[in-house]
Formats: sequence, C-alpha cells, structure tokens
Amino acid sequence: MQENIINVENLSKSFDISSKEPGLKGTLKHFVKRQTKSIEVIKNINFEIKKGEIVGFLGANGAGKTTILKMLCGLIYPSQGKLSVASYLPYKRRPNFLKQITLIMGQKQQLIWDLPPIESFYLNAAIYDIEKFEAKRRIKKLSDMLEIESELYIPVRKLSLGQRMKAELLAALIHKPNILFLDEPTLGLDVNAQRNLRKFLQIYNKETDATICLTSHYMKDITSLCKRVICIQEGCITYDGKLNKLLKKISPLKDILIICKTDKDVKELSNAGFIIKNKNQKEITITIKKDSIKSTLFKILNKFDIEDLYINEPPVDEIIGDILVK
Amino acid sequence: MFNLSKNKIITLLKVQYSNMLEYRVEIALWAISGIVPFFMLNIWTNNNLNESINLSDAMLSRYFLSAFFVRQFSVVWVVFTFEEDALLGKISPYLIQPLNPFFRYFAQHIAEQITRLPFAILIASIFFLFNPESIWIPSLGIFFLSCVSTFFSFLIQFLIQSIIACLCFWTEKASSIEKFLFIPTLFLSGLLAPVISFPEYVKSWIYITPFPYLIDFPANLLSGNKINIISGFFMQILWILVLFPVFKLIWSLGTKKYTAMGS
Repeated sequence: MQENIINVENLSKSFDISSKEPGLKGTLKHFVKRQTKSIEVIKNINFEIKKGEIVGFLGANGAGKTTILKMLCGLIYPSQGKLSVASYLPYKRRPNFLKQITLIMGQKQQLIWDLPPIESFYLNAAIYDIEKFEAKRRIKKLSDMLEIESELYIPVRKLSLGQRMKAELLAALIHKPNILFLDEPTLGLDVNAQRNLRKFLQIYNKETDATICLTSHYMKDITSLCKRVICIQEGCITYDGKLNKLLKKISPLKDILIICKTDKDVKELSNAGFIIKNKNQKEITITIKKDSIKSTLFKILNKFDIEDLYINEPPVDEIIGDILVK
Repeated sequence: MFNLSKNKIITLLKVQYSNMLEYRVEIALWAISGIVPFFMLNIWTNNNLNESINLSDAMLSRYFLSAFFVRQFSVVWVVFTFEEDALLGKISPYLIQPLNPFFRYFAQHIAEQITRLPFAILIASIFFLFNPESIWIPSLGIFFLSCVSTFFSFLIQFLIQSIIACLCFWTEKASSIEKFLFIPTLFLSGLLAPVISFPEYVKSWIYITPFPYLIDFPANLLSGNKINIISGFFMQILWILVLFPVFKLIWSLGTKKYTAMGS
C-alpha cells in the first residue's frame, strides 16, 4: 500500500478582485475609489494523492484546477485549510521541497529565449546542485527519451512549439522530481507531439514512480494517462475517483451498430421499439441501457437475420465534455 | 533565502553573460547613451564654473570621466524587468526553484556590466585622445577601493529598485515610483555636478541620504579628489545594511500576495 504524498484538508482560496463599471463615469469612480470584492475560487476541498498516482483534474475554464495546482506547488498561499506535499508545507518553499517538485505550464516558459536550451539545462542543473557530470548524463538520457538531441544547440526562439515544449519538459525534469504538476502540458501541440509527450510521461511515471497531477482540456491526455480524476466545479470537488467508474456513472448507455442482411430487417428493427440513433441503408445504430445488453442482444439475434454487430461506448470526449458543462 | 554555491554563481554568470552577448550592439548603444557626464563637463569648463569650487580643468575632467565609469557599472534596471515578469506571471517557474529569482536579475546586471567594459574603455580612450592633459593613473589601492565603492553603489541602487519592484505585488505599476526616484538620483548623486558645488543648505542634509554615495563618492575616490574615504564607505555599508532587511521583509510579504497572474 503506497503512502499519501499529497494531503489536502478543507482547503480554500479567495482572491480580491477589483471591478470597474463601463464608461467615463465608471472610470472616474474607479480612479477615486476602487471597488474590490473577495471571490472564493476554491471552496473547502479535501483529497489525498498516493505516491506514484497520476491524477487528472477536470473542470471547465475558471473552475479552479490551476489554482489548486498553484497551491500544491507552493506558488500561491492558501486562504484557509491544510495541505502538505511530500510532508512539507508547499507555500514555505523550502529548498528541499522545491527540489522534489516541478511545475510545467503549457503557456509559460522558463527557457532563456535567445540561448540554446542546453544553456538553460546547465543553469537549472546548477540551481538544483547537480554536478556537471551528472547533469550531462541526465541531459543525455532525457534528450534521448524526448528525442531532442539535435535541438539542444539551437536558440530557443528558433525551435518549433513542440520542440520547445519538449525542451521545457527536460528543463523541468533535470532534477528528477518526485512530483510533477502539469498544467495543460500539451497546449498548442500537434497530435503527434501530444502523443509523444503522453508516452514520455507514462515512461517517466513507470521508471521513477513519480506522482503526476495533470490538468488538460485534451481528453486524450486524461484518458490515456489518468486512472483517477478529480472533477472541479466552481471551486468544489464534484467527483473524486476512478475515471472508468465516472464514465459508467455519467453514461449508463451503450450504442449497438447492427448490420442487417436485408432492408426488410432494418425496417423491422426500426419498428421494434428501440431508440434509434442512426439509420443508413443496411446499418442501424440503437442506444440501449447498459444493464439491458444481454436481453437486447438475445432478442436481436433470435428475431433478425443480421450480418454483423458492434457494441460501442459513447465517445469519452462527449461524456467528459458533458461533465464540464454540467 | 540564500542557497548559493560557487557552482551556482559561476553558472549563473556564465549563462547570463552568454545571453548578454546576444545583445552586444544594444549594450554598446546603452554605453554610448551614458555620456551625460561629458556634456556636463563641457558646460562646466566652457563657463569656468569649476573656479568656484577650486577644481582645475584636469581634475574636473577626471571627475566626470570617473562619474561616467561609475555610472556604467552601477546602472540598475531590475524594476522594469521584474515588473514585466511579475505582471505576466513569468516569474512563476523561478519562484518554485531553490534560488531567489532576484539572483537571476543580479547576475544579469553583473553580466551586462562585464559586456559594457570594453565599450566603456573605448569611450574613455577616445576621451583621453581629445583631453590628453586629463590622463592619470590611480594607485592600485585607490583603484581597488573605487571598484569596491562602485560595486556598493550598484548594490544600494539594486536594493532600492528591488524594494520598489516588490511593490508590484500590491500595485500594477511599481516602475512609476522608480521614475519618481530618478529625479533626485539624477540631481543629487553627482552625475550632473560634483556634490561639493551644491549650496551649503543642500550639503547640510544630502550626506545622510544615499544619493551622494551613488556617483559622487566613488567618482571622487577614483579621480583622486579629496574625500573622506572612511565616512563614505561607512555610509555606503550603512545604507546596504538598512535596505537589505527592508528588501527581505517586502519580498516575504509580497510573495504571500502573489497570485501568479497571466497563467
């Protein structure tokens, strides 16, 4: 049984936000006296994460996913509640804590723009007290894994977005962190680059038993990396558990695509009382409840002369998209 | 707050120096733009103003050339870089590294000074070509002390600007406060005129402010003018000791307010 590496208890975060009415009058009013109000973006949340787990944080824009990650890595102070990461209080930013974590934000970069990434790697290695020989070894290993050996000596500004993201990842992982906070790591990458990055993260997790907390709007990132998800809605946790269980809970339906031998069968199937999703010449797709699969199949196979049959889950993207909207 | 090793310092400087060399033309232009003391020298000598403070033409030339050098190696711009980085959330990755982000900015400044050195020497050589009577060679001891006092001047300015920069955590445009401070710095530091030439009522209070120790003190020291070295260094160290805890406090309070905007 793995121990908890992240503990969050009754955690809340509020931000003071100033608001301004439109127009000249609003501008003058804002100049003389600023109206500020406190907005609670994270409301009393609780969760634990075990060592080596990959957890996806799901939620619509502004739900509070990134704020949670920022608190977990110590970037911002919580307003209320308790949290500990690797037995440290993150917001104290103790060097020994910082050496165990990394944060990768898809839209932010730490590489020095006008220099080749190798310079930033050596700088990071020095910051994390890594010996030059060891740093060289790690750069070699990670650049092999990420397939960016040939880009190490090209100025960052001349790299493509995908190459830059890989270099960012290398810079963020050079100190072998145990806990990775990834905020939209595949943002803006093409399909191949996204797939390679996911593959890399899977290997990194397997090899180092690192804990990964991930937010992404690309559902493929979540479905291929995370077994567990935490759904956030308006600063509250609405679901915390296995992704599969969530999908079953949210979508208790299945699609059955039936390929009939004759048009007559299609016609009869249409009138047999099933919910029809699609109908196309000799093909018909019906939607049924998951718990009625056995009886439905029995009925179809006995009554109709069919050529082939496929049972499909509704697309995961659609289901998770529904969660975000709800 | 300080987690520095020799390897960290050397690597930071090496990387920032490589970065600064990418901007060598820009730095050369900055070095040229710092020739204000030479304009002031021209105004002083053409109007025989130096007679009123009992300084010969040669001594005045040396003062303004020294002021040029001190200025070249004590220019600080951290508030502008930090403000941009803080407002756009660029300092977020640096905040979660085991090194205070201000060391990056500090190393950038030192690297920039090293990059400026050849341009400053070139400008000084041209100055001597037209003013051969001003040529002087300070003793090794004085030269060393001048370098130390110039570094202290840089430290004082870096700390002042860093304190102002940390106000970004509360107000969006902290650099406006720096612009407000630029005026007394320009007039009271000795960049436009040696402090000795100021009216008595100004001299009665100016020496308790940090301003004369930014340009006037190191420039007088380097040019060989009469100056109280011990009290000059004492005041420089005193100001560093006053400003440093203020910076530490405001940094600690500010990072608690940080909201990692723009990310």
